[in-house]
Amino acid sequence: MALRQCAIYGKGGIGKSTTTQNLVSALAELGNNVMIVGCDPKADSTRLILHAKAQTTIMSLAAEAGSVEDLELEDVLKAGYRGIKCVESGGPEPGVGCAGRGVITAINFLEEEGAYDDELDFVFYDVLGDVVCGGFAMPIRENKAQEIYIVCSGEMMAMYAANNIAKGIVKYANSGSVRLAGLICNSRNTAREDELISALAAKIGTTMIHFVPRDNVVQRAEIRRMTVIEYEPNCSQADEYRQLATKIRDNRNFIIPTPITMDELEELMMEFGILEAEDEAIIGVTAAAEATA
Amino acid sequence: MAALTKEETEALIQEVLEIYPEQAKKDRAKHLAVNDPTLEKSNKCITSNRKSQPGVMTIRGCAYAGSKGVVWGPIKDMIHISHGPVGCGQYSRAGRRNYYVGTTGVNTFGTMNFTSDFTEKDIVFGGDKKLAKIITEIEGLFPLHKGISIQSECPIGLIGDDIEAVAKKGNKEIDKPVIPVRCEGFRGVSQSLGHHIANDAIRDWVLGNRDGDESFPTTPYDVAVIGDYNIGGDAWASRTLLEEMGLRVVAQWSGDGTLAEIENTPKVKLNLIHCYRSMNYIARHMEEKYKIPWIEYNFFGPTKIAESLRRIASHFDDTIKEGAERVIKRYEAEYQAVIDKYKPRLEGKRVMLYIGGLRPRHVIGAYEDLGMEVVGTGYEFGHNDDYDRTIKEMGNATLLYDDVTGYEFEEFVKRVQPDLIGSGIKEKYIFQKMGIPFRQMHSWDYSGPYHGYDGFAIFARDMDMTLNNPCWKQVKAPWKTEAGSEDVKIAA
Repeated sequence: MALRQCAIYGKGGIGKSTTTQNLVSALAELGNNVMIVGCDPKADSTRLILHAKAQTTIMSLAAEAGSVEDLELEDVLKAGYRGIKCVESGGPEPGVGCAGRGVITAINFLEEEGAYDDELDFVFYDVLGDVVCGGFAMPIRENKAQEIYIVCSGEMMAMYAANNIAKGIVKYANSGSVRLAGLICNSRNTAREDELISALAAKIGTTMIHFVPRDNVVQRAEIRRMTVIEYEPNCSQADEYRQLATKIRDNRNFIIPTPITMDELEELMMEFGILEAEDEAIIGVTAAAEATA
Repeated sequence: MAALTKEETEALIQEVLEIYPEQAKKDRAKHLAVNDPTLEKSNKCITSNRKSQPGVMTIRGCAYAGSKGVVWGPIKDMIHISHGPVGCGQYSRAGRRNYYVGTTGVNTFGTMNFTSDFTEKDIVFGGDKKLAKIITEIEGLFPLHKGISIQSECPIGLIGDDIEAVAKKGNKEIDKPVIPVRCEGFRGVSQSLGHHIANDAIRDWVLGNRDGDESFPTTPYDVAVIGDYNIGGDAWASRTLLEEMGLRVVAQWSGDGTLAEIENTPKVKLNLIHCYRSMNYIARHMEEKYKIPWIEYNFFGPTKIAESLRRIASHFDDTIKEGAERVIKRYEAEYQAVIDKYKPRLEGKRVMLYIGGLRPRHVIGAYEDLGMEVVGTGYEFGHNDDYDRTIKEMGNATLLYDDVTGYEFEEFVKRVQPDLIGSGIKEKYIFQKMGIPFRQMHSWDYSGPYHGYDGFAIFARDMDMTLNNPCWKQVKAPWKTEAGSEDVKIAA
């Protein structure tokens, strides 16, 4: 099977890293060779696979060694649960330097050092919150990830973010071969969440590939720095991740998204009762003014 | 070749513009003009200080070049860190020939390159820690330096390094001025913004350092030379004239200058501006804050020198006025001898210039003293106040070209057929290969000084030896002479 490269995007805090690691564990369980590339200066994309607090990153090792050219692949590539290969780009502390350049440097290093070998079936890029600059779009440029999954939930801001990411994908889809492959709904238990995300997916031109229900076992596994697949393989949540993995393995529905306008998105939210119809009369009126009115 | 008429010059500009696509043609048309000395304001005829068009060969530099290369770099007892990747510092090292007195590496540092030599990890993790370490190391290795300036290269502005905080900390640590300069190369449209940023950094971090300190003894005849970078010794040849007329030069900005001179400048009576473009900002600031008047002067060629000496003297009492006359008289025989020797060899020769700063207008008088005529001139990074000053110096129907492109310059030269071109190193070999005598007028082609009476003698000699060099008669291959080429054609 040819190597498939997938990038996971989504609003910050939505559960990208947790979902990715559980999904990747399930794929490994199915017999796939998988690598995770963490593209976030926080370097927490591989901790559940490695049972580690935070992996030593390409950029921190490069800083120690002097330059990235001084590193060897085995210095940065760690194998975890079921042989899943883990690597973190790393980057600066918040507020200094250029994290985007860190991602670019790290991915170039992996390519030059031959990390993408013939044995691999899947590479997953776990990318921080928003695509704030060119560096964080690196994983979806030419010859990198061709499938993008957006993790979202039925909350308003998560849906805004999903739609915005779709806009970003259009730019790269038109100039390259990257495609949107589906929305993963990581449930927050909002009302009619699955229907809402399915409806949003349809509007953007894709599908909700799986609805991952909320379950405390995820948290219990997480404090043990484990995925659910490893911690409690027989629980129903583990099966959910297995279903997600199977669906992604069999997914062929790769499209150029059709992001919707702000008005359309708000209409959809109103339809599902997340957003109330806008009352023009209250805009810009302070509480004090309202009291006297 | 006879001078072009106004109509012919206009037609030439139109013809040269013809090759451009519509948008570029519209833009470039605003930067090319036929001079009309009767105009009061240049904005009637020319636009300047705008972004260059993509796709053309512009001859401009960047903000870093304006700050590090021009304004700060020559301050000799300071260490100027080129903060960023190594190339900016290394390729601008010592190229401008700002002469200075001192022992390099001990108490002066003008020709050395100090750089933070950024690599990937400095970009990703930020360069502040490295910068702090460099400041500490400089203090240990070069204890006689008087201060440090941090000259930002492009990446500093992109990754958000807080060089101001590092500078403040460094200043406390070494107890000497440490000055952050935000002259990232991508800022502005040319080196001009770099001059302005550098002036502002001097204003904010240096100029007020001795406010309230009256320990520096002053005289009624204190002046500062502003905007002379001592290229090939220019400032020295200027300073001597000012001193001979009875003035005391307290500071040279910034050729062969020191940090202390700059700090003492607010105590002078009059600021003398040579390069208006790169340092008018600080002169205006001193006028506002310290009530120090400033005047522009021009020390190229005896006519302009005499005018300038008299104008400077008019700001002082009779001793200085008499001094100015005395100086002019004293050098008269000397410069007259230069004119007598070279004018017959240069009379009537036509010159085209394309330079920066003050020279596109300031050197015109020196050529005219030798009987030569400047028939085209332009600025790399001038503003309209520069062109205001230029239109009066240039003859009627001569060419003005702002931010000229490589193509335009070549086409103008082909048509105008000047006897001499004065421009930069990038232009030099193109025109020499076209068989036209050329002088590099940024660094005086490894010669100089050209300022003052001493400089005029060298200027005249250089123009003569370039223009009348026998090599120009040998440029055309003998078989390519008119008759010869016919023979070749027949033979072929």
